[in-house]
Amino acid sequence: MFDVDAALAGAQRLFDAGHGVNVFKQFVIRKGHASDAELDAVFAGAAHVIEGSYATSPQEQMYVEPQAMMAWWRDGRCHIVGSMQCPFYVHKAMKVLLACGADDVEIAQSVTGGGFGGKEEYPSMIAAHVALLARKAGRAVKMVYDRDEDIAATTKRHPCWTRHRLAVDARGELCAIDIDVVMDGGAYLTLSPVVLSRGVLHAAGPYRCPVVRVRGRVVATNHPPHGAFRGFGAPQTTFAYERQIQKLARLRGEDALALRKRLALRAGDTTATGQLLGASVGTDEVFAAIESVAGRPPVRDGVNAHGAPVRRGRGVCFYFHGAGFTGSGEQRLAGRATVAVGRNGFEVRSSSTDIGQGAITIFTQIAAAALGVDPAHIAVVDPTTSRVPDSGPTVASRTCMVVGAVIDRAARVLRRRLEAWGAERGTSGPLVELARAYAAEPCAELAETATYEPPPGIAWDDATYTGAAYPVYGWAACLVDVEIDLDTCEARVLRCVQAVDVGKAINPAIVRGQIEGGTLQALGWALLENVVYRDGKVANANMTNCIVPTFADAPELETLLVEVPYPFGPSGAKGVGEIPMDGPAAAVANAVEDALGVAFDELPISPEAIAATRPRWRLP
Amino acid sequence: MKLAFEVNGERRTVETSPWKRLLDVLREDLRLTGTKEGCGEGECGACTVELDGEVVNSCLVAAGQCDGRRIVTVEGLARGGVLHAVQRQLVACGGAQCGICTPGIAVCAAHVVDRGLIAGCDDATARAKIRDLLAGNICRCTGYQLIVDAVIAAAREVAPGTEGAR
Repeated sequence: MFDVDAALAGAQRLFDAGHGVNVFKQFVIRKGHASDAELDAVFAGAAHVIEGSYATSPQEQMYVEPQAMMAWWRDGRCHIVGSMQCPFYVHKAMKVLLACGADDVEIAQSVTGGGFGGKEEYPSMIAAHVALLARKAGRAVKMVYDRDEDIAATTKRHPCWTRHRLAVDARGELCAIDIDVVMDGGAYLTLSPVVLSRGVLHAAGPYRCPVVRVRGRVVATNHPPHGAFRGFGAPQTTFAYERQIQKLARLRGEDALALRKRLALRAGDTTATGQLLGASVGTDEVFAAIESVAGRPPVRDGVNAHGAPVRRGRGVCFYFHGAGFTGSGEQRLAGRATVAVGRNGFEVRSSSTDIGQGAITIFTQIAAAALGVDPAHIAVVDPTTSRVPDSGPTVASRTCMVVGAVIDRAARVLRRRLEAWGAERGTSGPLVELARAYAAEPCAELAETATYEPPPGIAWDDATYTGAAYPVYGWAACLVDVEIDLDTCEARVLRCVQAVDVGKAINPAIVRGQIEGGTLQALGWALLENVVYRDGKVANANMTNCIVPTFADAPELETLLVEVPYPFGPSGAKGVGEIPMDGPAAAVANAVEDALGVAFDELPISPEAIAATRPRWRLP
Repeated sequence: MKLAFEVNGERRTVETSPWKRLLDVLREDLRLTGTKEGCGEGECGACTVELDGEVVNSCLVAAGQCDGRRIVTVEGLARGGVLHAVQRQLVACGGAQCGICTPGIAVCAAHVVDRGLIAGCDDATARAKIRDLLAGNICRCTGYQLIVDAVIAAAREVAPGTEGAR
């Protein structure tokens, strides 16, 4: 059973836990209406109703280092080292698998060659395999997936189908939004419920609207399981709402950016879950940044280097992304991090992994700033479960913003404690000298562990799906110019500008790298990436045919960092890892529509997909 | 079979199957683990090395083909503890994230810079040429922008034909 509609119709019964046959999880969000009849009445009274159906394809993370893990046993204790995002996820899984205590198994992250969500939960699987094989063999066992095994077996982005209805009054204000989201979860539960949650929480978009209904379901099929991938459900629903908003702009003949600016959420507005937005809403700043560089749209018609006729177009989008865990997730998790006096300065200990996103550098900068010492005196300890507190998984755009803030707090307290110790014994001087003096004493380790504290006024109700879905949001706008070769139907991105409100760029090069990397993954998803299933198996499980953008496919990327500080992030920083993935696909679709005069509501917008629309092109 | 070749300026001999992949000879026999495997099918470029002055995917080269030839891996780019200009600029520009593609990109980009393949080009032409010349090296993290910046900056540092100000 490979079709979500067949699964929902109960063609076979793969799963039933009370949400409906084959429904892994369902969420409903309601705002501004008590019943479906009330919602229908708003639609009945609307000046315009825009309806659309949108489909997005599965996407492979394609970290360049495949999944890899090694295990060995010594004195009855299991040691596991490997490529992973979340050492304590693996630890938790091994405690269950091996029926052992926390100290009987140790998980160490090795240098990890990319993750993007693909090494969030899957490493527990391969860790289980090597742990059991190593116990049986009595020797160390290492397992490295071949690329085709990795693509065939590991979790990918959920394919998603979204039906979206938009009710608009005569003045062009949104009166109601009604959304139905269906994701294909595949054959196992994985992280599907949380992916769906983030998908539905972003589905109504960053727009003012008094009445909203969102229903989301993630469905069991016989496909390989889908799971975490940067954006985590939000890119799928963002694609749908930004296509809808574009259709509204076309209907009204209104400028695409001006319309978005007119409808966008600002401080004082409420989201679909009724969250009152306060600080760090960068809407106006993001629009101003995009407008400052937008310039004229590309010349419509031309000829490319191959002598083929081309048609060009421009698309924009506006979007947001909640940073950190959803709802009360961060409170439940209560992530901890430690800053300690070490042998050569200070140590930062957390389970947050550096998977290329720069966690080690950022933690070093945050701790150094809080302690008032040179970054050279900070050592970030490798995240091995026996040596670090559980700061939570390395996911959800939370490492810098959430864990960084905990480190910042721990470092400030440690500094006061160390200064007090110095004052007591009459020693003054730079903090590093005090640390050295302390380390030379035969006394207990001086370490400060801090625990996540929610910002004040954050309340979330899991039962009704209302309240503060996220402590804060990043805000972004994207502008894309495309050129379509009218002979081959290839769409090429001529220009891609992203303006992202990151709160504060603690390390601008790292933040740029995050935005640009996420942007290209999104452009790839829009135009050329796809995972093709045939009879429930991946039919393109090689890098030869499961393609991702190369240097030659990538446009020059323009990145505008917008800083509207978040009072509870370190130096005002907000999460940035995922947001760039959410918007560009819709901007591409909007641009291709602008060029050819025909709607593109499915991904990928491949040459074949464009060619299929040729009879409907409107090229005045 | 006994094979002899020059690796990073040193003569090395290994006793191995001629069918073994050069990638495995480098990583396992010679313990030069800087060269990475991303796909094993010549698509990702993480295993890029120079073979007699040509950039190749070492996962597609049989050890037997390397007898008597000259190989440069990422370990051979730095000289006397000084990084190659390309390596320095990858660091300075933020052109590396997770790092697994970086050795292959460094080898290929050093080849581009040292041979002056973008010398004398204006900035836009040079950027387009870099994108073409490095198209066999996939990076999933960076979006390539800061890597292109790094190669441009390295090329500015290095006069063509001088082996990279090594």
